[in-house]
Amino acid sequence: MKNKSVLSKILSYTKPYKWYLVLAMIFALVSVALTLYAPILTGNAIDLIIEKNNVDFDGISVILIKFAVVVGITAITQWLMNLCTNKLTFYTVRDIRVRAFERLQIVPLKYIDAQRQGDMISRMITDVEQISDGLLMGFTQLFSGIVTIFGTIGFMLSIDLKITVVVVLITPLSLFVASFIAKRTFNMFKIQSETRGEMTSLIEEMIGNQKVVKAFCYEDDAEEKFDEINSRLQQCGVKALFYSALTNPCTRFVNGLVYSGVGIFGAVSALSGRITVGQLSCFLSYANQYTKPFNEISGVITELQSAFASAKRVFEIIEEEPQTPDAENAVVLDEADGRVEIKNVSFSYVPEVSLIENLNLSVKPGQRIAIVGPTGCGKTTIINLLMRFYDVNKGEISVSGYPVTEITRDSLRSNYGMVLQETWLKSGTIFENIAYGKPDATMEEVVAAAKAAHCHSFIKRLPKGYMTEISDEGSNISQGQKQLLCIARVMLCLPPMLILDEATSSIDTLTEIRIQKAFAKMMEGRTSFIVAHRLSTIKEADCILVMDKGHIIEQGTHDELLLNKGFYANLYNSQFAVS
Amino acid sequence: MFRLFKYLKNYVLESILGPLFKMTEATFELIVPIVMSKIIETGIKHNDKEYILKLGGVLVLLGVLGLACSLTAQFFAAKASMGFGTALRKDLYHHINKFSHAEIDRIGTSTLITRMTSDINQAQTGVNMFLRLFLRSPFIVIGAIIAALIINVKLTLIFLVASPIIALIIYLIMTISIPKYTAIAKKTDKVSLLTRENLAGVRVVRAFSRQEEEKQDFKETSESLMKHQIVVGRISALLNPATYVVVNLAILAIMWFGGKTVYAGDLSQGEVIALVNYMSRILLALVALANLIVILTKASASSLRINEIFNTKPELSDENAKEITENNSENAVEFKNVSFKYSSDADNAVSGLTFTVKKGQTIGIIGGTGSGKSTLINLIPRFYEVSQGEVLVNGENVKDYTFTNLREKIGIVPQKAVLFKGTIRDNMRWGKADATDEEIYKALDIAQAREFVDSKPDGLDTMIMQNGRNLSGGQRQRLTIARAIVKKCEILILDDSASALDYATDAKLRKAISEQTEGLTVFIVSQRATTIKNADMIIVMDDGEIAGIGTHKELLKNCNEYREICQSQLSREEIERDEK
Repeated sequence: MKNKSVLSKILSYTKPYKWYLVLAMIFALVSVALTLYAPILTGNAIDLIIEKNNVDFDGISVILIKFAVVVGITAITQWLMNLCTNKLTFYTVRDIRVRAFERLQIVPLKYIDAQRQGDMISRMITDVEQISDGLLMGFTQLFSGIVTIFGTIGFMLSIDLKITVVVVLITPLSLFVASFIAKRTFNMFKIQSETRGEMTSLIEEMIGNQKVVKAFCYEDDAEEKFDEINSRLQQCGVKALFYSALTNPCTRFVNGLVYSGVGIFGAVSALSGRITVGQLSCFLSYANQYTKPFNEISGVITELQSAFASAKRVFEIIEEEPQTPDAENAVVLDEADGRVEIKNVSFSYVPEVSLIENLNLSVKPGQRIAIVGPTGCGKTTIINLLMRFYDVNKGEISVSGYPVTEITRDSLRSNYGMVLQETWLKSGTIFENIAYGKPDATMEEVVAAAKAAHCHSFIKRLPKGYMTEISDEGSNISQGQKQLLCIARVMLCLPPMLILDEATSSIDTLTEIRIQKAFAKMMEGRTSFIVAHRLSTIKEADCILVMDKGHIIEQGTHDELLLNKGFYANLYNSQFAVS
Repeated sequence: MFRLFKYLKNYVLESILGPLFKMTEATFELIVPIVMSKIIETGIKHNDKEYILKLGGVLVLLGVLGLACSLTAQFFAAKASMGFGTALRKDLYHHINKFSHAEIDRIGTSTLITRMTSDINQAQTGVNMFLRLFLRSPFIVIGAIIAALIINVKLTLIFLVASPIIALIIYLIMTISIPKYTAIAKKTDKVSLLTRENLAGVRVVRAFSRQEEEKQDFKETSESLMKHQIVVGRISALLNPATYVVVNLAILAIMWFGGKTVYAGDLSQGEVIALVNYMSRILLALVALANLIVILTKASASSLRINEIFNTKPELSDENAKEITENNSENAVEFKNVSFKYSSDADNAVSGLTFTVKKGQTIGIIGGTGSGKSTLINLIPRFYEVSQGEVLVNGENVKDYTFTNLREKIGIVPQKAVLFKGTIRDNMRWGKADATDEEIYKALDIAQAREFVDSKPDGLDTMIMQNGRNLSGGQRQRLTIARAIVKKCEILILDDSASALDYATDAKLRKAISEQTEGLTVFIVSQRATTIKNADMIIVMDDGEIAGIGTHKELLKNCNEYREICQSQLSREEIERDEK
């Protein structure tokens, strides 16, 4: 993506608000022109103040009234311009952000799974903010800066050519100094931010895991590492800080030179009567502000560069290929009958590594399928395929006799009740969370679902009951209780088929018993797929899929598999091997 | 803020010279308009070209001197403030390292991290800007007013009226808009929270087909963020036009009354120009001062937060402890009527714990979440201080050991499998800096991690990313177990640390530990009955108290809680077989 195309993309987002852009430019033009006109007026007035007993008060009062009007209009147009750029920027940025989020809702899961979450969040937050800052500065300062430079030169030319030439000749010096500093600063900042990044990740790692550090008496080693980075940070920090602090004094210096130049040449010109003292004063005030727009523009350019870099990252999300849309004639499956047919299915995440090959499974309504295997064997792959989070590479999965590709995704998924091991709750009240799948549920329905999931009693004991807010931190809800809430969420809709992921740990016994009871109740008469860890669940299954390293290696009932004396038999026996 | 100034003590000279040079520069800047007015007054009026060139030379010289002073000042400020930040960071980190688990729990690690990073940076910026601008800006304002006084006393009145009005406008706009920025930050957090939630729960969102509602939610939050931004923008946009108006009205007044004064013969034309010039400079200085105040406000808030950490004193210390080398007790660990209360809680987390563990025994600890299992084991390495009773390791009270002395003996595998950035070998050497590859491989064997480490092309040199992102949960857990074994400790504590392992690997692991580590005392905390049922002694925890101690068989007979747990997890045949 070239900067140019990024720019045109950003601009395309401003289209709905183009009138703000047009207005902003008009206001900018007016306010800059008037700002530059004001010194001419003061200069004229000064020319009327000559010496004792020689002051033209009538002339001055006319000029001063004009001056007051000019100042008033300048202030108003300046303010209006800011309002326009504000709206333009914030509307545009909101649209970009919403568009990115909307895209996240329709990209294939494959994309989301492959991204690092922190990175995605920083694109949605920090990068979008960077775009916003860049746009705001770009809109307000770039245009008016350029207008100011040309306007100043124009006004100066209208007064005197020679002095203008002096000013214009000193200008490249200012640009040279600015670019020299900018380059140095950029390099130093790069080193500094790298070192700072190193420091931050060390701090995050060590303090974030302080308990481990203490357990291994690693404090001194950690401090040693820390000191080393800290002293490097000090060295490069001093340089970065110094170079970045150069900009102000240096531009003040260049400004001073311009001022002196104008002063000397202007005074000499005044001697020969080519310009008046008032015009000299007008030149002086131009000289005072002359380098300001140059600095602003170089600031805007750096800001715009990082805004473009950020925009690229955000547009990557927005332009990510969405999942294949539902077929036009796709069936809306209201209530599945519980039949699931898996025919010759092959699937792999990456083409080179084959995972599931030629899987066949026919599930009758109400049957229980247990999926077992060692850690990391890819049990969740099956869930991904059943829910159509991922599409199969070959073969076909059908539900109620329809191939899943011919059913709308929404209706297919609403026929499955899913409880995953990683409990996910939204920030919000318990009520909202249980009613997640059915936002119009009444309190009675929610309570009934909670009772069925054995979580009513603990919810009732919370000070705010069903209105308790669930949040990441300071939560008074344990892991097991969260799982119960997830079960209640499914209970409320209770679809004809279930996908359950048994928890391996972190749940206390009492809660675990409750979860088992709730699971058992849900499964009654429903086709269920269970990622199973518990022997009792596995034994009662109608069919066991045994997985290893992503492949389904055995398939059958508990007894059949034991007779087989294969992988499952080994797995089963190993639990009793140690004595 | 001022309490932190002690970190400038190695940079006293820089801290004094920096602002002084700044003031010198400001003085030069203030002389410029006077020189200019002289050029107009004497030079032009008297047609004296030589005089003009002479004073013009003075102007250039003033510029050069100003630049030199200013650069020196910036350098001193940079040096002092970085030195300040570095010393503060070092000291704070050292302080944090002395905290016991109690303080870490109370403050929270994420808070500690922000204190160490952004708060210190903020304070550092504050010091830097303070040294650079704090004297300069007020000096220019006052200097400009004094210069005006010298030129004409009556006209100075305009300055005395205009300056406070400008200051007031800046102050008002800042006090109105700054609190609104907090609201924006909160809204931004909300947007970030929604994004994080949506990504983390993408499967659930899609399973319930809630994408539309999620979008709606997000749209509304973005909308409300935008509204806040526009409101703040509207207020901040007032600053420039408003100050512009005041300054120019002041200039207008200078011209009018200046004209009258000139007419009366008390003022010259060049002096009017100088006065106009001073007025413009006051505006610039006040705007710079306003920015400085914003930075200083942030810095002082950060300093407060940093001081909070410094004010937190570690509860535990090993100052009165001694090196204990004797080791002739036959008991590895002993609890005598131990109670413990977390400072934030009203009730005891554990109470009345009494038991003795002999060297070489394997101890299983089982019970529900919140029953006090982790608390119990955290008392052994003295991560927390008992509120009552005593904990003995090798027959000596843990309080009598130095921390290093005590914790060397104990290897802990925490619940959360934490690894650090670096190679696998680096990680394995955490507990024993000079461990050989042979020792490491042996530990990996025991921890059932050898196979997957060998399968990596770089073996022990495989880089682990921060938080072990490039490894699976089970792999991380096995490596943390191996890391504790490398340490060659006397007591090994596994705090529910095999939860991500399947039953088979878990079983192999326990078998390897019991066979290959002679004389090691092992504590296994678990939720799974199978994991601990073969232990020499099982402690059943319930609600902070010991509900039963004994072997699997004994407990099945006489401990209700234990039987319940087993019934929920084991098949009936297993239980019946064990009961016989």
